[in-house]
Amino acid sequence: MTETLRPDVLIVGGGPAGLTAARSLRRLGVAGVIVLDREEEAGGIPRHSDHLGYGIRDLRSVMKGPAYARRLVDRAQQAGAEIITSATVTGWAGERSLLATTPRGRIRVNAGAVILATGARERPRAARMVPGDRPLGVFTTGQLQQEVHLRHAAVGSQAVIVGSELVSWSAVLTLRQARCRVALMTTEFESPEVYAPVAFAGRALLDGPVARATRVVRIIGRSRVEAVEIEHVTTGLRRMVACDTVVFTGDWVPDHELARSAGIDLDPGHRGPLVDTDLATSVGGVFAAGNLLHPVDTADVAALDGRHVAASVVRWLVDGPASRSAVRLVAGDPFDWVAPGLIGDHMVGPPRDRLLLWSHRAQSFPTVVARQGGAIIGRRTLPWPVSPGRVFRVPWSLVRRADPLGGDVTIALN
Amino acid sequence: MRETSGMPMFDVAIIGAGVVGCAVARELSGLRMSVALIEARGDIGDATSKANTAILHTGFDCVPGSLESAMVARGYRLLGDYAPTVGIPIEGTGALLVAWSKEELDILPKLAAKARENGYDACEIIDGAAVSRAVPDLGPGALGGLTVPGESIICSWTTALAYATEAKARGCTLLLETAVTGVNVGDRVTTLETTGGQVQARWIVNAAGLGGDVVDRMFGFDRFTIVPRRGELLVFDKLSRPKAPRIVLPVPSSKGKGVLISPTIYGNVMLGPTSENLTDRGDTSTTEEGFAFLLGKGRSLMPSLLKEDVTAAYAGLRASTEHSDYVVAASGEKRYILLGGIRSTGLTASMALGEHVRTLLEEHGVATGVRDVLPEPPRMPNIGEAFPRPYERDDLIVEDPLYGTVTCFCERVTVGEIRDALQSAIPPRDLDGLRRRTRALMGRCQGFFCGAQVAALMEGPRAPAEAAHD
Repeated sequence: MTETLRPDVLIVGGGPAGLTAARSLRRLGVAGVIVLDREEEAGGIPRHSDHLGYGIRDLRSVMKGPAYARRLVDRAQQAGAEIITSATVTGWAGERSLLATTPRGRIRVNAGAVILATGARERPRAARMVPGDRPLGVFTTGQLQQEVHLRHAAVGSQAVIVGSELVSWSAVLTLRQARCRVALMTTEFESPEVYAPVAFAGRALLDGPVARATRVVRIIGRSRVEAVEIEHVTTGLRRMVACDTVVFTGDWVPDHELARSAGIDLDPGHRGPLVDTDLATSVGGVFAAGNLLHPVDTADVAALDGRHVAASVVRWLVDGPASRSAVRLVAGDPFDWVAPGLIGDHMVGPPRDRLLLWSHRAQSFPTVVARQGGAIIGRRTLPWPVSPGRVFRVPWSLVRRADPLGGDVTIALN
Repeated sequence: MRETSGMPMFDVAIIGAGVVGCAVARELSGLRMSVALIEARGDIGDATSKANTAILHTGFDCVPGSLESAMVARGYRLLGDYAPTVGIPIEGTGALLVAWSKEELDILPKLAAKARENGYDACEIIDGAAVSRAVPDLGPGALGGLTVPGESIICSWTTALAYATEAKARGCTLLLETAVTGVNVGDRVTTLETTGGQVQARWIVNAAGLGGDVVDRMFGFDRFTIVPRRGELLVFDKLSRPKAPRIVLPVPSSKGKGVLISPTIYGNVMLGPTSENLTDRGDTSTTEEGFAFLLGKGRSLMPSLLKEDVTAAYAGLRASTEHSDYVVAASGEKRYILLGGIRSTGLTASMALGEHVRTLLEEHGVATGVRDVLPEPPRMPNIGEAFPRPYERDDLIVEDPLYGTVTCFCERVTVGEIRDALQSAIPPRDLDGLRRRTRALMGRCQGFFCGAQVAALMEGPRAPAEAAHD
């Protein structure tokens, strides 16, 4: 009874990365391109981020999230890609073969190549292991924005925002639209995790302060949130903050379930698939793109992954399997991960010729050093700062001199 | 139900719609008597019953000769038979007690002997290597183990709901949000003062769980005190499920029962519980100390488990008392039956306790003939992983596309299942109730993707006037 589709390429996830990959593949002449998206409408997270800041690097314009999402859908469809929505991929049926549930029935998709573009989600309260009561009024930004922008539901009147990543300021905007005061923003770091201009402009939107080096240790309230208890991480001092809404922001984790269930090698740092600069995974013909690989960078950077991976997929469809590189990029201090984690066999650069890294320490005017076998193979001093909670981008040229047979390359700050 | 002077009047009123109260209601409403099931909270199974370890126990480690031992052994068979007929998710995973010290190793033969005394003789002692083969992800240092092949995991939510649904179909009156505040035992009829007005019945069954001693005192007794014992539990991501092919039990020692690792019927892995006596009967908060304790235990029991994300953390309160056994008694004079101090084994014992109440009523001369015609048992929605769920059933989706419309992606809950729950005999009154009936929102994203959608489905279509304002 299960219908079988046989596209050249199946893309799982219709967010910026998946939709851009779909359009690019069609423009490169690939005939059959199917995007499966589990939501009623494709577009991914920008659908419910109703503020400016989208489309800068990929579309060379500045747009709001929902308009950007619609534009990406239109462009993919105009290019001839087929987007199937309300289609939840539930597992693998074989190599490059996936099963999905749709309102029209179960479908099986046997593809020549698969691109995983399933994105990332914010780590919710339970996964952060914040103890206390379990009342109403605890959100992630994703849930909050859907409540406010898609459902037009009321939230509370006094909020505490946990985290100060880029997305945290997006939550601030949403709360203001919902007429909810932001009493406090907390960050575990010594400084907010976004560019100074964003933080500076953002401060005007906050009703309360940003509590630095602070973590939430307890939620109080039997039916509705009444307060949170916060702790200064160095002094250990604790106090209560009254609020009826708590938003856990950022702390992104990749939606890697499909990758894991296929036995694809994962990067131990970000836990998304370990890919090379072609964005190829350890399983032949299975690629990955977007924030599944770097949780999270901005939507336009995810979209440009899509453009990059399309070219790699075409090479796979034409040339078949390539040998997999042995040069591993390793995150050294203070980095938690580097993406991509492998230098591709073709020695082409990664998307946008940028390596993406995640740091747990801030530094201005950082000097980044790449070492292979004890020797320094690259060194760059960059004008932009390293900041926790935000992707740090490094020119690919840093590791261009890597010896394909020289073993691991470690990237660290000087 | 008969009404005299406008007041509802029943043959039996059961106080407390936890899993035990619901089982009693199901049993008695199959007899020629009118039955009311009275619950203070807004849903059935909403207190202790919703937050236990959800294990169907063989009773191998009960105190031999105790009422608990008899009820668990009988209840294990009754519920084991009932579950498949109504579709309660159940999975016979078996359990393994693991000895980590010489002291614990020495206890295993005694436990095997105790199991035989309890009428369970399938236990087997295995060595450390066999333990590692059975559960390869266990931490190093297991010296040996005792297998308990009959231990199973079961959906405790569906169990209570199935009992209550069948009771309702048999004519039982379910009174929710009705807290008993006073008792007046008359000559032939007892009047219960409740927050929903007076309720009259000839016999009263006290299955009030954490409030059991309070209700018992309303009847003039003073024979036990409930100490709410908090148990915190961590539920790990579904991707960890292969690590726990069976229930891993600690060897009970002088230090208490210890912490177990169990697969859950929904495909997760559970670590817990803690054990802490409280005074507040409503405090189901989780704590830093509890988390630290569980993570410490987990680190030695199964280190790789801690690399997975925690999907949910919760705490339940067990109705512990100063007695080692259940506190069950019948008073003919007051036409009153107490089911007190039914701790976590109550899930397994529930149907046996229902039978037991019937027997106690018979012993006190109450006619307990079975009704001539009983409705068919209900068919409960399958929310367990052991059998196909609607999203993977083409036969259902072809008939009704809403079974192919997945709305909670992590748990793969469809719009059809949510609609069914909302239209069911005992519909949920809030998102928590919907979660227990469908699994919606209990997955790893905790509502990041679907929270707003599910809330909208729960609210139902809005009035046109309200929608026009958007």
